[in-house]
Amino acid sequence: MSTDGARRHDGPALPATDAEPAMCFDRATLAYGDRVVWSELSMTVPQGEFLAVLGPNGSGKTSLLRALLGLAPLAGGSLDVLGGPPHRGNPDIGYVPQHGGFDRDVPLRGRDLVALGVDGHRWGFGRLSREDRAKVDSALEDVEARPYADVPIGRLSGGEQQRLRIAQALVGNPKLLLCDEPLASLDMRYQQEITDLIGGWSREKGGTVVFVTHDVNPVLGFAHRVVFVVNGRWAAGSPDDVLTSETMSGLYDAPVEVLRVRGRIVVVGESSGAGFDIDEPHHFPEPVGAHH
Amino acid sequence: MDQLLHMLSYSFAQNALIAGVLVAVVAGLVSRFVVARNMSFAVHALAEVGFTGSTGFILLGLSPVLGLLSGSLLTALFIGGLGLRIRERDAVVGVVMAFGLGLGVLFITLYARYSTAIAILFGAITTVSRGDLMLLAAVAIVTIVGLGVMYRPLTFATVDPIVAEARGVPVRFISIVFLLMLAAAVAEAVQVVGVLLILTLLITPGATAERLTSHPGFATAASIGVALLATVGGILLALLTTVPVSFYVTTIAFVCYLAARFGGPAAERLRGLGPTSPPPAA
Repeated sequence: MSTDGARRHDGPALPATDAEPAMCFDRATLAYGDRVVWSELSMTVPQGEFLAVLGPNGSGKTSLLRALLGLAPLAGGSLDVLGGPPHRGNPDIGYVPQHGGFDRDVPLRGRDLVALGVDGHRWGFGRLSREDRAKVDSALEDVEARPYADVPIGRLSGGEQQRLRIAQALVGNPKLLLCDEPLASLDMRYQQEITDLIGGWSREKGGTVVFVTHDVNPVLGFAHRVVFVVNGRWAAGSPDDVLTSETMSGLYDAPVEVLRVRGRIVVVGESSGAGFDIDEPHHFPEPVGAHH
Repeated sequence: MDQLLHMLSYSFAQNALIAGVLVAVVAGLVSRFVVARNMSFAVHALAEVGFTGSTGFILLGLSPVLGLLSGSLLTALFIGGLGLRIRERDAVVGVVMAFGLGLGVLFITLYARYSTAIAILFGAITTVSRGDLMLLAAVAIVTIVGLGVMYRPLTFATVDPIVAEARGVPVRFISIVFLLMLAAAVAEAVQVVGVLLILTLLITPGATAERLTSHPGFATAASIGVALLATVGGILLALLTTVPVSFYVTTIAFVCYLAARFGGPAAERLRGLGPTSPPPAA
């Protein structure tokens, strides 16, 4: 849980931490009815950090983002985001949702999706001002989406749609960017491109990133910190502190081995879950007796 | 032409045309969102329970237009209150629609004037009275203003609900208000094409527009355009012949859809926006 634990020498340097923290969880507990998703989570993330949120499916990674967005109230403890309690519609937060893909025929162009990020929440018919149009153009430019900004969005590839989603999230110039599985259903090349785009934004603008992913490997070059959630338990710290056989075995309450193979991290459990270690090296094992 | 001008000197024809224009603007605007939100089933339910409201009001000696409006608004509140998630929505709509229509059967049996039922089921815009016209105009104005105010957040909540919610758009509130506006639009459109042909004004224009352009603003304008063309064209043609308005409206709308369906993609290819996406940026 220490923030200044041993760090791989090729890992990213910590940014300066003079400002208020980007987020501060203090014994935070999230529950839906009786089902506790995670409990007593305590973690402070300084601004400018890249936080990877890891864990098997159904462990509450998306819920963590919803808590930060003010959409899921805590059952206990407290959470501060950018110096205040979370609230819906915080303009300092950009959000890239888990990607469903757009219907082929939806009458919407990439440009329109990004524009909704500027003024979609305002009432009225709305016509973008010259200034807002310039913002949209520059957001499209930043993600290199200008060439296909006027194509129906449903006709674009998953990677192109994801770039537009990132432009939509960044167009308001947020301080905090929340990304929910932005690499899901992308092939390896796009995975790296999208990760570089998000990590690059963070480094250049000093923005904080919360990156939910089931595969830590694409973000190893950017992540200052990881939080691993499983079965209501969690561990947070530098990747080197958390992604160890010892910590992971404690989290799963079962023998788990963390291997480092050619610069990649592979988490291998006992035969508790199907097909996570060899065929799909990035999948974290399902905890024994996990309820979904 | 002379015959048309002669017909247009009658007040019933003028009323029909004014009502037709109002209905078309509302229907075209709403249709865009009905299509994008997959709400055709809800449209049908609102119309059919509107039928019940209408026959019920006739039985009580009240305005059938007001009855229609009450029936569909009440249904909208019911659907909105009971089920907004897509999976449960369809079930709730079906349950409410079945019961509502059952009541309609009772009312129409008690009243026993089937010509009235036929008018509601298939539309009778040429029988719209001045009083009905005022009501239709008021409802149209409220709906158009309401949709104007909600246009952007409604668009956001429709195409991108998860991000809209995160950005602070009151997604649930907007869903319910849209249902009420849809109910108003249904009550309006029933005047032209009737309960059974309601989809021709609330689905076809929006579906046609989606085929014509991917620009959301142009699509909304195109949807209103198609609704206007079908309604006004249908009324004018009906004035010249003995065939009912509904037939012409549905036919014009259908032809527009076919033209967009088969002409639209060709036009798109000419603009270089074919079905295959262009190569990604380097």
